[in-house]
Amino acid sequence: MPLGHYLVLSGLLFAIGTAGVFLRRNLITLLLSVELMLNAVNLAFVAFGRQWGAVDGQIITFFVMTVAAAEAAVGLALVIGLFRHRESLNPEAFTSLKW
Amino acid sequence: MTSGQFDAVIPIICVTLAGLVVLLAEAFRRKGEHMPIGGLAIIGLLGAGAASILLWDSNAESFGAVTADNFALFVNLVLVGVGILTVVFSSQTVDRDRLPAGEYYAMLLFAIVGMMLMGQATDLLVIFLALETMSIAVYILTGIRRDQQQSTEAAFKYFLLGAFASSFFLYGIAFLYGVTGTTNIERMSTAIAAQSMSGNPMILLGIGLLIVGFAFKVAAVPFHMWSPDAYEGAPTIVTGFMSTGVKAAAIAAFVRVFLKGLDPMIADWAPVLWWIAAATMVVGTVVGVAQTSLKRMLAYSSIAHGGYILAALVVGTDVGKAAILFYLAAYALTNLGAFGIIAILGTRERANDDLRDYAGLWHTHPALATLMTLFLLSLGGFPPTAGFIAKWYVFSAAIGSGYYGLAIIGVLSSVVSVFFYLRIVVMMYMTDRDARPIPPPVHPVAMGGLVAALIGVLYLGVLPTRLIDLAQQSISTIF
Repeated sequence: MPLGHYLVLSGLLFAIGTAGVFLRRNLITLLLSVELMLNAVNLAFVAFGRQWGAVDGQIITFFVMTVAAAEAAVGLALVIGLFRHRESLNPEAFTSLKW
Repeated sequence: MTSGQFDAVIPIICVTLAGLVVLLAEAFRRKGEHMPIGGLAIIGLLGAGAASILLWDSNAESFGAVTADNFALFVNLVLVGVGILTVVFSSQTVDRDRLPAGEYYAMLLFAIVGMMLMGQATDLLVIFLALETMSIAVYILTGIRRDQQQSTEAAFKYFLLGAFASSFFLYGIAFLYGVTGTTNIERMSTAIAAQSMSGNPMILLGIGLLIVGFAFKVAAVPFHMWSPDAYEGAPTIVTGFMSTGVKAAAIAAFVRVFLKGLDPMIADWAPVLWWIAAATMVVGTVVGVAQTSLKRMLAYSSIAHGGYILAALVVGTDVGKAAILFYLAAYALTNLGAFGIIAILGTRERANDDLRDYAGLWHTHPALATLMTLFLLSLGGFPPTAGFIAKWYVFSAAIGSGYYGLAIIGVLSSVVSVFFYLRIVVMMYMTDRDARPIPPPVHPVAMGGLVAALIGVLYLGVLPTRLIDLAQQSISTIF
């Protein structure tokens, strides 16, 4: 399969993730959207790595996965913290700061 | 393995070890036992500072991805200063706000680890990892007041937009890797120069995505929306830390990636950054005028200052690069001092950051009012303070390279910004105190930190040549 196909898929996933961050109205889904964006980037890295015939791209993916896990841990902890204050997962419920 | 392989990372190791020791100290602390945990943090930071001074001029390199050139060491020293001042001011706030001391100082130190690595890294992947190390620790620091909804909310907004921007940054790295086959900044520069890639859509996309990522981290317009919210909701001293440390580290990496790695493409990205810098200076100043919360006002002021630094980056000459380093040092001292005072005046229940809270401060806390005045004058760029020299240096660099537009916008916006700094000063001296409770007395350690920051600000304002020389030496070794 040519490189272009992978890149188009990666771009689509990235766009879906971006749209999700702006459009979805649930804190957990917002986190999932960001994870989707990171995984779209992973796909691009693997595809580029294959094109260059080097393992770099695949190794980078492991680093990114680790970072994503750390981010998810902090993000979920913050969601729990927010939920304790308002018993809601709707971002509109949290408006004590001006957006 | 040669003995010198770890040399370049010694400052980072010092801070990491201090962070681990702090965590262990907290774990073995008996309930109610008082431990000087902040002292441990300062020891680690002093160790990192000493290591950075010893490594000066050595150009040590570790693992082909981390360097200790003078540029990175200069930034390290600024970060050590930021760290020590933050810890010193925290002596007043940690007990008052009942923060978990161990976690607080450990996160502070781990954030500094990430910041130092950002300045020292010579590989885009390592820069990304450093950026995340720093950011994740700072997200936690922002939300460390779990009892306050505002703090948690600020942390989540910062986290969400931060993670969002990180993925743009990473996507940019992916495209640059795809085009050049490497993530090493130096090899990338050679690869780009060798095959003249101007106009290649993939590399332009990569550069654009990197700009988005960096612009977010330095809070440049139009990616600044998160910063007033995050700055307002975070505990005040953390705000001071974020607005100086995070900015310094992000700018350091920005300079290295764009003026070294992507230097061959300068004709493509300089116009974009020109507009970003100009918009950042203008928006930061104009919106800042309308704020009534001191923390929000200083958040916009910090956006505007980021704009001045970006202007120096657009100039990109040796004078411009030295101006960036000088500006980072001057701004760190001044801004931390100002936020330190706001943090000290706060109480557990309220941050006391409304403009009205400063009415008549001169009558209750003459010393703090004087210090605040001097820090605000430095932020506004009055002589004989560090802020004046820093701005003068940036604008003279811009004029020296023919960027008259940027210099004019910069001077005009800093004239407007004087309005909101002086508004606070007028409030402190010329308004009568209304019936508000008198703020608590100041912890002597915190007061010592404030005075030290002030001495630094005045020293850099009166005798700047030494630091300017150092800044010039620092940039001559790498570019």
